[in-house]
Amino acid sequence: MKGAVFPSKPRPPLKAAVIVFPGSNCDRDVAVSLRAVTGKPPLMAWHRDSSLPKLDLIVVPGGFSYGDYLRSGAMAAHSPILREVKARADQGVRVLGICNGFQILTEAGLLPGVLMRNRGLKFCCKDVHLTVSRNDTVFTAKYRKSQVIRVPIAHADGNFFAGPDMLNRIEDEGQVAFRYCDEEGNLTEQANPNGSLNNIAGGYNLAGNVLGLMPHPERLADPLLGGTDGMPMFDSLLEALS
Amino acid sequence: MSQITPDVVKSHGLSADEYKLVLEIMGREPNLTELGIFSVMWSEHCSYKSSKKWLKTLPTTAPWVICGPGENAGVIDIGEGLACIFKMESHNHPSFIEPYQGAATGVGGILRDVFTMGARPVANMNALRFGAPDHPKTRHLVSGVVSGIGGYGNCVGVPTVGGECDFHAAYNGNILVNAMTVGLAAKDRIFYSAAAGVGNPVVYVGSKTGRDGIHGATMASAEFNEDSEEKRPTVQVGDPFTEKLLIEACMELMATDVIVAIQDMGAAGLTSSSFEMASKGGLGIEMDLDRVPMREQGMTAYEIMLSESQERMLMVLKPGREEVAKAIFDKWELDFAVVGVLTDSGRMVLKRFGAVVADLPIDPLAQASPEYDRPWVAPKLAAPISADAVKAVAPLEALKKLLHTPDLCSKRWIWEQYDHMVMGDTVGRPGGDAAVVRIHGSNRGLAITTDVTPRYCQANPFEGGKQAVAEAWRNLTSVGARPLAVTDNLNFGNPEKPEIMGQIVTAIKGMGEACVALDFPVVSGNVSLYNETNGNAILPTPAIGAVGLIDDLESCVGMAFEADGEAVLVIGATTGHLGASLYARELAGLEAGAPPPVDLSVERKNGDFVRGLIVSGRVTACHDVSGGGLLISVAEMAMAGGLGATLADAPKDVPEHAYWFGEDQARYVVTASAGEAGTILSEAAALGIKAALIGTTGGDKLILGASSASLTDLASAHESWLPEFMSGPDSN
Repeated sequence: MKGAVFPSKPRPPLKAAVIVFPGSNCDRDVAVSLRAVTGKPPLMAWHRDSSLPKLDLIVVPGGFSYGDYLRSGAMAAHSPILREVKARADQGVRVLGICNGFQILTEAGLLPGVLMRNRGLKFCCKDVHLTVSRNDTVFTAKYRKSQVIRVPIAHADGNFFAGPDMLNRIEDEGQVAFRYCDEEGNLTEQANPNGSLNNIAGGYNLAGNVLGLMPHPERLADPLLGGTDGMPMFDSLLEALS
Repeated sequence: MSQITPDVVKSHGLSADEYKLVLEIMGREPNLTELGIFSVMWSEHCSYKSSKKWLKTLPTTAPWVICGPGENAGVIDIGEGLACIFKMESHNHPSFIEPYQGAATGVGGILRDVFTMGARPVANMNALRFGAPDHPKTRHLVSGVVSGIGGYGNCVGVPTVGGECDFHAAYNGNILVNAMTVGLAAKDRIFYSAAAGVGNPVVYVGSKTGRDGIHGATMASAEFNEDSEEKRPTVQVGDPFTEKLLIEACMELMATDVIVAIQDMGAAGLTSSSFEMASKGGLGIEMDLDRVPMREQGMTAYEIMLSESQERMLMVLKPGREEVAKAIFDKWELDFAVVGVLTDSGRMVLKRFGAVVADLPIDPLAQASPEYDRPWVAPKLAAPISADAVKAVAPLEALKKLLHTPDLCSKRWIWEQYDHMVMGDTVGRPGGDAAVVRIHGSNRGLAITTDVTPRYCQANPFEGGKQAVAEAWRNLTSVGARPLAVTDNLNFGNPEKPEIMGQIVTAIKGMGEACVALDFPVVSGNVSLYNETNGNAILPTPAIGAVGLIDDLESCVGMAFEADGEAVLVIGATTGHLGASLYARELAGLEAGAPPPVDLSVERKNGDFVRGLIVSGRVTACHDVSGGGLLISVAEMAMAGGLGATLADAPKDVPEHAYWFGEDQARYVVTASAGEAGTILSEAAALGIKAALIGTTGGDKLILGASSASLTDLASAHESWLPEFMSGPDSN
């Protein structure tokens, strides 16, 4: 009775939630991108919620959670919703942290490394180029390996740091997701906007179901805004998780 | 013995005559709290007492104006059920004293002016003037102001999409920080500040009140001297996180139907917000100051009423609906307190610790504030200079030098510190003629610009006032927008000096004339006077913020050269006007000459023609010609596109340096396919519009006769001045 007999049911589209902290400010932006690929708005989950419905993807968006008057992301890492995010991540649910979301996930211990103050000590908002380190993940399948993409950054604390042992492990285990590069894909010092070690712009957890990155794929996912290099990330997730 | 000695009156910034009026209104001697309230309500900053007479002459109406000056911000109809709400406001004095917090709270204040009317802020802009680069304080001030603006705007999550920044020694002792916010609201959901309904609760929300910013409005209404540093405690401290929560909470509350009136607490805090609401509604208020959320114990009525603590709002709610509102503010963890009630007494009655501590009539304070017809003299106008009086430098050599000057260099160092993309609708990023922000969820857009050329205003305030409006109109036109309305931010010196008052009067006349001719009404504004230190005034700086509408973003063009082999055209006449030009100042050391005159009918004709070309998709790029002249515009377009051009020689009847660097008005550079260019030129000729083919795009350099300049060299000159300057030692 293989194939043919039962027509395959259309799979339900990707179910996503965006976590909203007081001070999140890219929650709407990423919801727009998710809606563009899934055709429906994601669930917006409030920071005080302590449980989430069944989901395929959790997005921790950019912004200044709780004002980030302490270390960026440090307060949010201790919020009620983050306990639930951690529990889900442990169960294999995909988690995507963008900018402040990346900071929060490192502070919460879901991702290795820390994000320190930019080398130039200033907030920096501009387009940067990234190389895609691997395309065998649910987040990046629609990119080519080593593809150079253009995506904006907007942060003051994006300087990725890890101790030598941890950095070796991150590199050895293939946990690097994106690296800052020039237009041709060269990993130069000049193309590194914030002083990140090994030009690291984003990374995975060991299991590969959690991704954090400083650049904002949701900001260049619309031709009218000047580029669409961020879109394949959402398309990848849609295809893998629907 | 009387508490209110002449010294006390003087220290509150009130003149003897004004104090006489206070006594008349009160019918008795005021107590200190009451005197403090008079002082801030009648400060120049709150009462516009020197400028009111002249501001009234500006055109403020048009079929699309929903609400002109007088409310927190101006409101215009942009169709499809939406309104655009915007205003520009200065935070000059505090930013000089404490640049980070001064600038940050300037952004916070203007945001509140806009969202208090029901609009979600969608864009911030700023117009900055600093002292000479070699002045010991300049670097410190640039650094502090820029990080303050970024620190606040980035956190609240409203993109800072553009602005302007220039330098002149006249701002050494008084920098200008003018911040503008643009918001969007449903046309039938706009909130006003007039209180209504005797017995309705008066509610305080937001941050707690502290002892900061007391007398900020009075400080902003006086000249500076050596002791001004001591005024640092009058500068407020901003908390953008609370502002973000306040925006979200107010948006949520505004979606319900419980608000009767709402007003932010800006300059003069609780005093001006409560007086304005009561006065506009013709009512009285009784407030129990014990209920005001306070940061510290033991604050006096005087301190509570005069504090300028940030991120606070005052509202009148419908009776019995307090719980609905409270639940929303609880969710966002903001203070919420019923502090008073509306009465029909027409008086402000304040209680503290159970006793009445102030009892003042509202209208005489709020509406009968002094209005002066200050004496003024016609400004001395700069005499014209001829192009021959300005030394000639080879054009491409001059270009490279000019691109590396403070006013013409790239301001990337500044705007990269601002999140200019958050909210996901920034179509035209900083660095272009006007910023372009998509109206969320649509294919329409707002074009936004800020403009003024202070050196023109100094040479001739009337022409300078006209030019500021015309340039704003031109910048909106350059991206294909229909210019709709203006907000003005008038920055001048001490109005008690007849020559300064003359600048104010004539600049306003010039602005008014341009606004009428261009159908460009003024819907909101702010005045900042007393920008003087030790008697030295700033250049007259009537900054114009303006908004236009783009009906179809697909038709919008940028300034970057788009393709090889396209014709480069200049629309508008080039006579080579070098008076008051940047070329004369930077290359000949000559700050002289009359500014270029603005012929408003030509301005309108040329602009309407160019807009038509853009909207019909016939040109591929457009950039206005402004400071620095024609070759600067061409170079900016080439650098933006990474594509060079071969340029034709200057016509024989204009000296070469004057042709390329003169600052004649009403001009645009556009590119079009070779075939289209011919049609455009003949259409222009038929309409009596001057237009000329000046070159062809292509290559990686600008070629002019036998000489050329590589784009790489030009871009490096253009990009390097500001970072090099800012990496110098901070001497403060």
